[in-house]
Amino acid sequence: MVEALQTFVAPVLLVAGCFFCFAGGVGVIRFPDFFTRMHAAGVSDTIGAGLIIVALMLFSMDLNDVIKLGLILAFILITSPTSSHALAKAAVHAGVMPIVAPDVASDKDARNSDGGDSSNSS
Amino acid sequence: MLSGIFSLISASLFVMMDAADVAFTEAAVGAGISTLLLLKTLALTRRHAKPQKKRTWLALSIVTITGGLLIYGTSDLPAYGSADAPAHQHLSAYYLEKSVEETGVPNVVTAILASYRGFDTMGELVVIFIAGIGVLSLLESTSKTKLTSASSLHEHTVLRIVSKMLIPLIMMFALYVQFHGDYGPGGGFQAGVIFASAIILYSILFGPDAARTVMTDRVTRLLAAFGILLYAGTGFAAMANGGAFLDYTYLRDEQVSAQLLGILLVELGVGITVAAVMVRVFLEFDQRPFTKLPALKEGDR
Repeated sequence: MVEALQTFVAPVLLVAGCFFCFAGGVGVIRFPDFFTRMHAAGVSDTIGAGLIIVALMLFSMDLNDVIKLGLILAFILITSPTSSHALAKAAVHAGVMPIVAPDVASDKDARNSDGGDSSNSS
Repeated sequence: MLSGIFSLISASLFVMMDAADVAFTEAAVGAGISTLLLLKTLALTRRHAKPQKKRTWLALSIVTITGGLLIYGTSDLPAYGSADAPAHQHLSAYYLEKSVEETGVPNVVTAILASYRGFDTMGELVVIFIAGIGVLSLLESTSKTKLTSASSLHEHTVLRIVSKMLIPLIMMFALYVQFHGDYGPGGGFQAGVIFASAIILYSILFGPDAARTVMTDRVTRLLAAFGILLYAGTGFAAMANGGAFLDYTYLRDEQVSAQLLGILLVELGVGITVAAVMVRVFLEFDQRPFTKLPALKEGDR
């Protein structure tokens, strides 16, 4: 059972984690707007690191290591989204506005306050 | 910002070179505290320096001559990484072979830092203490009117709750790093910085006044001096028992337990002073209001 996990599941998780880290890196460089870039950085921090740690937990044979890695995972899952949130908050506080699609901006005349009917009129 | 990134990358390089203690300290101090203090300093000062009226040729020539002499002195050092440098031949082998049986501490870095080269570490600690005194002397007198900074972030609920969860864990981790420095990477400097960063996090999110009720100005002043007193006091205690200054062997009857006690006490002194100085420097920088932020509209959170 453990060998099956180690042979099949853990490498997949490891590769997936590396992919998300890579995607985060590409996103930080290529995305057009501050908030999308911040989301990319948050992705690589949370999901990328998280999946790699889960894969390491499956690879390690020692209960000691598994518990330590589990604690590190919990810490990362708590702090990475919080740091993304802090970044976004600081940006809004400084006045950075996100890029919005043109039809949403021109829909300001529609005074629907029930959630905003964002149906595409095209 | 770039200096913070540089510190983080050099910390990763240290990890790759298997120098865990150095990487730890570099990440905590370089990527954490010094970036924060730099940002604080930038918030306190003006954008452009005042133009200098007179040229100081004497200072320039002294600096150039001293720098030139230092660079000339380094030309005599062995090539970088060469295997037959004296540092690698004589002392390193001795430390690696003998440190465990002589000091009883498995972490060779801590043994060298706290026992074999304890006097140098005391010098580092005194430098940190002097830096704290310097900040106090420069900033304390001009801020009799204690204006709290504009952003106490009182409406940031998520950050407050998460930090309330994390701050006790950070402090516990600081204590762990302090006392576990004998067996793994760690020691006084890292632990002091981590402990200070817990208080600094609290101060950022709940306001400097709240942080000052936790660690009052008096307490930070006393603790900063107490750490150095503990360090030098251990040295003097060794002298009182008949040995040289900071020769821990004379603290107890048996050598290994005496070394362990000495290392414990001096690392504790280091941790206490570093934590107190870092907290006090940060709180001193927090006196004046920040530069004006753009006006916040009502709906913005």
